[in-house]
Amino acid sequence: MPLLEIKGLAANAGEKPILNGIDLSVGEGETHVIMGPNGAGKSTLGFTIMGSPEYEVTGGSVFFDGEDITGESTDKIAKRGIFLSFQNPVEVPGITLKSFLRTALEQVTGERIRMRLFNEKLEKAMAALDMDPSYAARDLNVGFSGGEKKKAEILQLLVLRPKLAILDETDSGLDVDAVRIVSQGIEAYKKEVGGALMIITHSTKILESLEVDRTHVLVDGKVVKEGGRELIDNINTNGFEQFQ
Amino acid sequence: MAEKEKTQVADIDRTKYDVRNLDEDAYRIEGGLTESIVKKLSEEKDDPEWMKEFRLRSLKLYNEIPVPDWGPSIDGLNMDNIVTYVRPNTKMSADWEDVPADIKKTFELLGIPEAERKSLAGVGAQYDSELVYHNVRKDVEEQGVIYTDFESALKGEYADMVKEHFMKLIPPTMHKFAALHGAVWSGGSFVYVPKGVKVEIPLQSYFRLNAPGAGQFEHTLIIVDEGADLHFIEGCSAPKYNVANLHAGAVEIYVKKNARCRYSTIENWSKNMYNLNTKVAKVEEGGVIEWISGSFGSHISYLYPTSRLEGRGARSDFTGIAFANTDQELDTGCKVIHNAPDTSSVVNTRSISKGGGANIFRSAVVVTPQAKGSKCAVSCTSLMLDSESRSDTIPAMDIRTSECDVGHEAKIGRISDETVFYLMSRGLSEEEAKAMIVSGFADSVSKELPLEYAVEMNNLIRLEMIGAIG
Repeated sequence: MPLLEIKGLAANAGEKPILNGIDLSVGEGETHVIMGPNGAGKSTLGFTIMGSPEYEVTGGSVFFDGEDITGESTDKIAKRGIFLSFQNPVEVPGITLKSFLRTALEQVTGERIRMRLFNEKLEKAMAALDMDPSYAARDLNVGFSGGEKKKAEILQLLVLRPKLAILDETDSGLDVDAVRIVSQGIEAYKKEVGGALMIITHSTKILESLEVDRTHVLVDGKVVKEGGRELIDNINTNGFEQFQ
Repeated sequence: MAEKEKTQVADIDRTKYDVRNLDEDAYRIEGGLTESIVKKLSEEKDDPEWMKEFRLRSLKLYNEIPVPDWGPSIDGLNMDNIVTYVRPNTKMSADWEDVPADIKKTFELLGIPEAERKSLAGVGAQYDSELVYHNVRKDVEEQGVIYTDFESALKGEYADMVKEHFMKLIPPTMHKFAALHGAVWSGGSFVYVPKGVKVEIPLQSYFRLNAPGAGQFEHTLIIVDEGADLHFIEGCSAPKYNVANLHAGAVEIYVKKNARCRYSTIENWSKNMYNLNTKVAKVEEGGVIEWISGSFGSHISYLYPTSRLEGRGARSDFTGIAFANTDQELDTGCKVIHNAPDTSSVVNTRSISKGGGANIFRSAVVVTPQAKGSKCAVSCTSLMLDSESRSDTIPAMDIRTSECDVGHEAKIGRISDETVFYLMSRGLSEEEAKAMIVSGFADSVSKELPLEYAVEMNNLIRLEMIGAIG
């Protein structure tokens, strides 16, 4: 049984159809890449899996661990073990990264965590991402640079340890060093948590050091091509036009 | 102890819980507030002669001055039955058993221990807190600080000082409820910090809540002498549950040359309360007054702490937050009078409106001709949690010199769906997510509070947002 199974998923933003029947499945611990031109529906796919109220599911279903999670509220989906890394993480004034992350961890695990134990986890994860420890005491994403925001997303990934991480354009807008560090974080997640990854991207920088199990090409809200790692190289050379 | 238990702070709407006794109440038959009632009160309290006269003068003013006609309606307050609120008698108290279930639950949710809950509700003696209070007082006494209940202060070593300062900043002529306070005040605290003394720990009036009659018309007089430093904390965040549903306290603070006083309040009156409190600080040269004000409770509030900056370089900092939920109308803000050169003030307020609640932010900044080189910055930010709630801003400015710098900024915002979705994607329920956003919004106030109060304020926000504390 696959960890995530999407069957004929269709979704609208308002009146406008964005996803037009997507079939896709991800096994436990696998790494999948979703590629496609701008406007293909890549981010919408991530948001719809996560139960975003911005999109209305008009057909099909999403199964996780064999259960139908279509239409479930976002927090319940998160508690099942799905994590969505945002392309544009939201700023939350007055709430520190640390207190937010502790609350989130307690929510997803359903257990209280001792401050000392939490501090240890947090420090370790921050060190792995080369993050200045002072960020823990800063308000969540407030005044963070683009790169720092992405690092903070990967930090959450490392602390929350989901079964499936959907990374939405995590590499966009990052310089070479930041991409390297974020890649290290993703590798650490694979190694320590062994979770599955669904990487949404339109570039391939972040994929260089990752083992990819499956690549899916999205065009106009449909999967038009699937393959292995070689598909990424193909797109690198020939672009998306061949699929349109 | 039975006698003592009957005289605690308590607050049920009497009309609901004490109806049968009303007609037998001799005071009530007289209707309004009369001389004989005030005389009797004065006798019971064993006032000095001047205080008795002061009360009677105030009473006369009270009967002459009309009810304010500019703020939220106080029609629900029956002024003809004012006696009901005044009489410091056994009828004022409530049995713990009579306290409505939702208020009891709030006490529990806030983690207030049983003994203290009963005390806050007005029944039962607060042995543990009394003890703490006495210990605090001992430490502070060793520094030469006077911290005592107001009745003792009237007769003690500092009686002359009390007489000299009592209701000079808030004269009974100020408004109807100041006059009422002058006539029937009871309970409260007197604090004197001698020259150069820095009080390390905040003094807390919390421990005095069970003083007879306190909580309705209590009087707080604070004098911080030259170069001294004090942090005073009024009340606590558990609902003060009083039989009478009118609160007309008065707080007078004298900040002498180069002294500093921080006055913090987190008010959570039960939601039948008319909170008509008056607070004024007079600040001399180089002195600083800092107000930290949190308003969560009451049905109607009129609350505008006033800073009178009377000496060169005097400063006022006001940080306030108000949370109006269903059936609440909180008219809050502050007033600053710049009456000397180079004075400065900062006003920073936040308000949250939910479930049809209304917040009115009202500020008045006065800069007199002699206040050259003064600076004032007013900023208020409102958060509306739904479309039925209300938030108004009424900033008044009276500037009589061109040589000053005055600014005002107002913002109204809503919780963005995007933020809620982001937090929910990390496992927080919708309510948890909104509570977190509101807590963050209130952070500018909570970080100014001592930790235990900040935690309680956060709990209050959670209680208003979710109805539970997790």
